[in-house]
Amino acid sequence: MTGREDGRIRHPAWVRATHWINAAAFVALAVSGTAILLALPRLFWGETGALDAPAWIALPLPVNLEQTGWGRNIHFLAAWIFVLNGLLYLAWSLATRHLSRRLLPDADQVRPAHIAGTVREHLHLRGPGPTQTRYNVLQKLAYLAVVLVLSPLMLLTGLTMSPGVTTAIPELFDLFGGRQSARTLHFLCASLLVAFLAVHVWQVLANGPAALMRGMTIGRRAPAAEPARRHEREAKR
Amino acid sequence: MSDISRRKLILGASALGGTGLLASCERIGEGGPSRGGLYGISERLSFTVQRFLLRHQPLVREFAPDAISAVFPTINTTDPDDAAYRRSKEIGFSDWRLPVRGLVANPAEFSLADLKAMPARTQITLHSCEQGWSAIGGWTGVPLAHVLAVAGLKPEARFIVIRTVDGWWDTYDLFDALHPQTILAYGMNGGALPIAHGAPVRLRVERQLGYKSLKYLASIEAVDRVDGLGQGRGSMVSELGFSWYAGI
Repeated sequence: MTGREDGRIRHPAWVRATHWINAAAFVALAVSGTAILLALPRLFWGETGALDAPAWIALPLPVNLEQTGWGRNIHFLAAWIFVLNGLLYLAWSLATRHLSRRLLPDADQVRPAHIAGTVREHLHLRGPGPTQTRYNVLQKLAYLAVVLVLSPLMLLTGLTMSPGVTTAIPELFDLFGGRQSARTLHFLCASLLVAFLAVHVWQVLANGPAALMRGMTIGRRAPAAEPARRHEREAKR
Repeated sequence: MSDISRRKLILGASALGGTGLLASCERIGEGGPSRGGLYGISERLSFTVQRFLLRHQPLVREFAPDAISAVFPTINTTDPDDAAYRRSKEIGFSDWRLPVRGLVANPAEFSLADLKAMPARTQITLHSCEQGWSAIGGWTGVPLAHVLAVAGLKPEARFIVIRTVDGWWDTYDLFDALHPQTILAYGMNGGALPIAHGAPVRLRVERQLGYKSLKYLASIEAVDRVDGLGQGRGSMVSELGFSWYAGI
């Protein structure tokens, strides 16, 4: 389980900055989103839904109508930060080919046998070993799902709840099947993102948190990793 | 239906001296509602982007009558506790008057019959509440643009202040006030507007959340600035921490 701190994955400054800005925005969005949800902890499909209308899912949460004021203020402020920061990250990732080099699975990683092996390692809670110099395939797929699928879906389903935006772009209603459908999908995607966050944090804690946190903050490796770096330098010569 | 309303919008706009003024109303800077801090920045961002998206004044989606919701929630005031209102209600609002004043050439008071005699518009739309619920209802009324044109809105008017029987007040810039689907509704789902939904007349501002569609209208006033009203935030709910602009 010591693999990553010896690994050669280093985070450039722009990745570290956008990572933590996104982390702060996401926590603010999740907390304020929950506050807003409490005004109607019920989910519906289609255009309409209300407290006394039949629901698809009635969440086991207390109804609280008093939290939407601050909830909405924080939610939309954090949403702007999430979106602008996310666009910056995406543009930079494409421009520097970070996305294709770091996050797209390599050819050998998409072979069924390799994927099956990685799944087996994870099911046995075994780390990928000390020689890892890249993200494993499941990790890459999780990151890609967050960046390219779940985050854009959060934005689009969020916009489908806006009466102003849907007036200009009514196609959003057709895309998601209505305002309440979009609200339901917004909740489901948010739940997946929270699940991702839980696994993400657990993986950090289980794989040398000090070194990984150092890597994602000041961007330098732990002293213990020095031999690996020397080895890396020698290999480059 | 929308053609007639578009004509009304043009009528309203021409009373203002052309569409140039409409365009300039995309700014709410001078004399507009103010909000400081980070929330002010994000509200302004949302407002600016939405005004750009809505610059051609599209209509909100309208539905067929069979889409009308069986359950349409009513919140906040559902029967104003006001002596004059109760008396008026007992006589079918026959003594009810809606004053239109401020920056208008012909200040006037309109009765319910006056409003019903004006060109009507019926729209079946999706109402969305900041609490998360939404319902489809059919609304019949006269476009606010028509009423303002009749009253002779002056060119220097930039905002419309609306006050209600139960003490709510809100302001709208002309971009929204003159939109064809912004109506003074006296009918709902084919019948008279129910008490719980704001009888005798409520406002419908379809491109924003429900809290901008005030119920129990008491007065309409045209002004050139709203920064002197209350705390200068533009509406009663803004003073409680909600956004003045509720398109999101």
